[in-house]
Amino acid sequence: MSRIGVFICHCGENISRTVDVERVAREVGLLPGVAFSTDYKYMCSDPGQNLLKKAIQEQKLSHVVVAACSPRMHERTFRKAVEAAGLNPFLCEMANIREHCSWVHENKEEATVKAVEIVGMMVERVKKNRVLPTITVPVTKRSLVIGGGIAGIQAALDIADAGHEVILVEREPSIGGHMAQLSETFPTLDCSQCIMTPKMVDVANHPKIRLYTYSEIELVEGYIGNFQVTIRKKARSVDEDKCTGCGVCMEKCPIRKIPNKFDCNLGMRPAIYVPFPQAVPNTPVIDRENCTKFKTGKCGLCQKVCGPGAVDYEQEDRLIVEPVGAIVVATGFDLYNITEKPKGSMIKGYGEFGHGKIPDVIDGMTFERLASASGPTGGKILRPSDGKEPKQIVFIQCIGSRAREKGISYCSKVCCMYTAKHTMLYHHKVHDGQAYVFFMDARTPGKAYDEFWRRSIEEEEAVYIRGMVSRLYQKGDKIVVMGSDIAVGVQVEIEADMVVLATAVQPQAGADALAQKLGISYDKYNFYSEAHAKLRPVECATAGIYLAGACQGPKDIPDTVSQASAAAAKVMTLFAKDKLEREPIVARVREAGCVGCFACKKVCAYGAVEEKEIRDRQGNLIKVVAYVNPGVCGGCGTCQATCPSKCVELDGYTDEQIVAMIEAL
Amino acid sequence: MHPEKQKHTFEPKIIAFVCTWCTYAGADLAGTSRMQYPPNVRVLKFPCTGRIDPVFILKAFQQGADGVLVSGCHPGDCHYIAGNFHARRRFAVFRKLLEFVGVDLNRLQFSWVSAAEGGKWVEVVTDLTEKVRAMGPMTEFRELALEEQWSGAINTPELEEAYNQI
Ligand SMILES: Cc1cc2nc3c(=O)[nH]c(=O)nc-3n(C[C@H](O)[C@H](O)[C@H](O)COP(=O)(O)OP(=O)(O)OC[C@H]3O[C@@H](n4cnc5c(N)ncnc54)[C@H](O)[C@@H]3O)c2cc1C
Ligand code: SF4
Ligand code: SF4
Repeated sequence: MSRIGVFICHCGENISRTVDVERVAREVGLLPGVAFSTDYKYMCSDPGQNLLKKAIQEQKLSHVVVAACSPRMHERTFRKAVEAAGLNPFLCEMANIREHCSWVHENKEEATVKAVEIVGMMVERVKKNRVLPTITVPVTKRSLVIGGGIAGIQAALDIADAGHEVILVEREPSIGGHMAQLSETFPTLDCSQCIMTPKMVDVANHPKIRLYTYSEIELVEGYIGNFQVTIRKKARSVDEDKCTGCGVCMEKCPIRKIPNKFDCNLGMRPAIYVPFPQAVPNTPVIDRENCTKFKTGKCGLCQKVCGPGAVDYEQEDRLIVEPVGAIVVATGFDLYNITEKPKGSMIKGYGEFGHGKIPDVIDGMTFERLASASGPTGGKILRPSDGKEPKQIVFIQCIGSRAREKGISYCSKVCCMYTAKHTMLYHHKVHDGQAYVFFMDARTPGKAYDEFWRRSIEEEEAVYIRGMVSRLYQKGDKIVVMGSDIAVGVQVEIEADMVVLATAVQPQAGADALAQKLGISYDKYNFYSEAHAKLRPVECATAGIYLAGACQGPKDIPDTVSQASAAAAKVMTLFAKDKLEREPIVARVREAGCVGCFACKKVCAYGAVEEKEIRDRQGNLIKVVAYVNPGVCGGCGTCQATCPSKCVELDGYTDEQIVAMIEAL
Repeated sequence: MHPEKQKHTFEPKIIAFVCTWCTYAGADLAGTSRMQYPPNVRVLKFPCTGRIDPVFILKAFQQGADGVLVSGCHPGDCHYIAGNFHARRRFAVFRKLLEFVGVDLNRLQFSWVSAAEGGKWVEVVTDLTEKVRAMGPMTEFRELALEEQWSGAINTPELEEAYNQI
């Protein structure tokens, strides 16, 4: 028989004004199983908690109900107090007679009757509560970082500097991401390479960082503190340990005309290449699709010229399994590509802008490469078509972004600022040129951002036209830009030499596939979703996985770096303990009754349900049943409501407990 | 603000099954904002609407509830990623079944109330209470329960045949 203690709080007068607390204490005191009931002015205060503890010990209470405010307010407080008195904390429940009763009703009689019923329900519930042991799981203090842009680099360096091992996985042959492609960066115009490359080198030299470039995530298993990650290290055809980075192979390769993606296809590269001279690691990779040796079996020149004998045509993809405790996802973004209409894209396409058929209509990243001192033109702004310097240049913002009718309604956030930057860089390099910008609004929140934008107009003489462009077409060697200036209400037509489109920032290709491997959620655009938009902006809803950078939403570098350091801090918090404690509200399978239909597995959004084999003593398979991994279970209980044989139960919310409450009505 | 207190002959019993993260918090907000609503509702807290087994709704009606409210996070806001989607799907089917059994679907209400929607909570609860009050007590299940008690004594030929087959 249970000996339940019920404690009714006055909450000063917040409860007692409309609820006759003494009467509630008296009436619930008569309920079967209630051994003790009392009321007190402030249960949450120190004396209130002491009263509770004393009663548990003196009255030998087996369960406790505190009728007071919302459990969202003080459940923790009272469960701790109960634990201090030697009871399992999960044998304590709260009855909400403030937010759900005294504050929302005026009639004292009605409110008192309701309060008695609410407490009565909780008394019936608590009788069915079971002792729940706190669940602890071990923590592997190594972290995986996916994506080697500035976000991944920053997170990796922070975690490694704290003394934890980091596995950094980058899909491309070099780390660096988009920041390595930028010329100069707003709002200070410092050279991107100059601030980026030292960090890339730090990553390469850090004793705690293991770098896998030209690699991808194959499989993710496990849960917070205990992930097993399989990494596919794609065949580079060059042995990283032997290669000295001398570059002779690249000089000698006869295939020379492969458009270089890093330079937005403005420059050319050989079949064996590093994407850019400061690449980390500085080990070339053979692009097997374009290499003669792989296509016809002939050539093999690079192998012959390579001094240390690093070129290895036989190399194969390798699968590597790494145990890690936490994962930072930093896979960044890509720009919406106007030249081709990507399959399955949400954007309906920009036929009115020539669809990439006009060679001198480029995107913002291409302009960055043109303006970059280490770019294909050595930093000269030259037209891709004929290499002439454009004297009239038109920038058009919001291509794809904020265009619901085209498919994307969000703002890409960085374009206003980088377009302002582009007009400045242009003016610095082409003194007699004129830049025009078509824009909807200028969105420049951020430290020193609006000042920067104004400078582009006031000092660098960019002409801003508020309005959209309706059409572009080639006329001779000019591009005619037709648009409207809605501020003045006139049509404008500009004969430009070059047009730069600020195309939408989108998640990397394959972002959804990676999310499915990780079991994290993403929005309709494929940006990864944080657990809470305001209060948990760097954590995924899936425990142990954190987000950094533009993969979560368009971001500039300062925001990216802040989020990366925040994600690293979260990882370090997790690694500060050897074992992880979690609330024991998890589902459990009653194996005897489980028929192995795995309906639960289908509905579990956390991937917590595994298949478990039951064997007899001879080792013969008897049946396969569901097993809920308590480390992964989120505790929603969806599986329980789904299970047709009622064999999975969520601790803390069992059918028994809930039915007891309903029956108390 | 508050209408004159009226005396009613029938006070319906409303049971609300709500999730912790959105609707329970929304109801808390109604409290902290000191909004007023009829005292007929009893709230049962679940981690997620995904945990709510349709059987609980039947049980509530059997136990004498005159109206049942199920409320959770807005689609896309689920704290547990997708529990509310599963719940929505489950209840879409369950409503059909209830209708088939003969329960007036006006007694069962589904809604999305977020943690910020204290006002909406008040509205939903008040509307349902008034609607059910107008409908009068829910008798279908009670009559069924009575019939069940009797059925042992009645021996129809159909029942006899059914018994023999078991
Ligand atoms: C034209 C342009 C100009 C800009 N100028 C500025 C500026 O002046 N100042 C400023 O503050 N910001 C600027 N930005 C914004 C800046 O580029 C971003 O804030 C920053 O690059 C975001 O970094 P990231 O690491 O999140 O993403 P990224 O730089 O995109 O890095 C992501 C990395 O992850 C890798 N990756 C992707 N998927 C996978 C996978 N599945 N597995 C493994 N690796 C993967 C990618 O290869 C890449 O290396 C500009 C942006 C654009 C488009
Ligand atoms: S073998 Fe391939 S990579 Fe090497 S030199 Fe020949 S074409 Fe270039
Ligand atoms: S309670 Fe939710 S998270 Fe846990 S196993 Fe069941 S469905 Fe998965």
